[in-house]
Amino acid sequence: MNESLHALSGAYVVDALDDIERAMFEKHLPGCLDCQREVASLREATALMADDAAVTPPESLRDSVLAGIKSIRPLAPEAAGPPSPGEEVAGKPEDGSMDHVVVPLRRRGFHLGRLVAAAAAVAAIVGGAVYQPWQGEQNPPSATLGPADQVIAASDAQHYSINFKDGSSASVVRSPSEGKAVLLTRDMAPPPSGKAFELWLRTKDGVMKPAGMMKSGGDHKLLLQGDAVTATGVGITIEPESGSTTPSSAPIAMFELGKADA
Amino acid sequence: MTPISPDSADSPPEGLYSLPPDAGGLAELLKLSGRGDEAAFAQLYDATSARAYGLAVRVVRDPSQAEEVAQEAFLEVWRTAGRFDPRKGSADSWILTLVHRKAVDRVRSAEASTRRDTTYHQGSQAVEHDSTAEAAHASMEARRVRQALHSLTEVQRQALELAYFKGYTHTEVASMLDLPVGTAKTRIRDGLIRLRDTMGVGQ
Repeated sequence: MNESLHALSGAYVVDALDDIERAMFEKHLPGCLDCQREVASLREATALMADDAAVTPPESLRDSVLAGIKSIRPLAPEAAGPPSPGEEVAGKPEDGSMDHVVVPLRRRGFHLGRLVAAAAAVAAIVGGAVYQPWQGEQNPPSATLGPADQVIAASDAQHYSINFKDGSSASVVRSPSEGKAVLLTRDMAPPPSGKAFELWLRTKDGVMKPAGMMKSGGDHKLLLQGDAVTATGVGITIEPESGSTTPSSAPIAMFELGKADA
Repeated sequence: MTPISPDSADSPPEGLYSLPPDAGGLAELLKLSGRGDEAAFAQLYDATSARAYGLAVRVVRDPSQAEEVAQEAFLEVWRTAGRFDPRKGSADSWILTLVHRKAVDRVRSAEASTRRDTTYHQGSQAVEHDSTAEAAHASMEARRVRQALHSLTEVQRQALELAYFKGYTHTEVASMLDLPVGTAKTRIRDGLIRLRDTMGVGQ
């Protein structure tokens, strides 16, 4: 598994991974110092290619950028600098959970060096929706983040993708060994006002069981509630914000499980 | 040139990568930008905008969309400059990584309507020689990079250019170049490693 993930480093650096692969690689990266080094060095090589593309931009770009920054407040630096990349292990996490090694970095910034292996702190994570090449702010840590990533990274993960006409896309990743499925969305349009997306797992008897709510568009990574192993499909419908117990409209997307993309 | 020295505490440690000679100057400008120094940011813009805009043009093709992408990216650079860590890479590559990601997001969003029709034949010609190259800054560095790119195998170079300059996924690159699925990512990685080693960066 790790060997094949390692091979993704080049494609990762040139943004040539699909969403699922990117999520898997970014899950792998914090724990792999070799990959971090390789990604850092390949990024320097990649940047050189842009030398060959250089074109004088229109003056209007300069004007709009320099005008634009006046209304944007720069983020403060991180509270504590990460430990030197040379240190393999700066300390042990206080508990044994891998999720706690990686996820709570931002909340515990000050204690970073003490709590977290340096390898994790050097993480070059690019968050799904936020563009920070080295220090992406991933979605805020939540109860579902760890288990969702476990499903995505599982060796038996099955992928099902749907591309929408507006350029947005959604994928379901199911792992029989984890017993769970995850919905990943990219650039989803927001639901109509007063409405939300509701997610469903379809049982083998064809019954749609509520599996979670998604209140906004954009990029999401959601662990579906319920038994994903026996489910035959995953649906998304538009429902009142409070959710429904049965779908009130035809699905805007339906993933037929069983015919995996890859 | 004499780079502005960053504080000694911020000096990159040995080992992770090596910086180009003028990187200290840009890293310092980025650091000042993070503190809200607009003049420093303007200098940073002037030093990197041709590459950033040119990269965006290569990927999204449409100049007005490229301008939007570059604008969004630079505003993001300004907003997140304080989070830049010079120990993890150069300022150039940090900025260009951001521009590239935004440009690729833009073309992938639009691909359902436009890119599906693009045949490889058209793509291939664009890879060979963009019309934008005429306006390109023919710097010594750019010439060196071009030479280095031509030292790659044909497949490595094509795979790398289709991914980086055209925003295709490695799976798409494989089908465009008639490679077995899963091998394009290897060609891309091999090509980048060779480029890195030829140019002597990042080691």
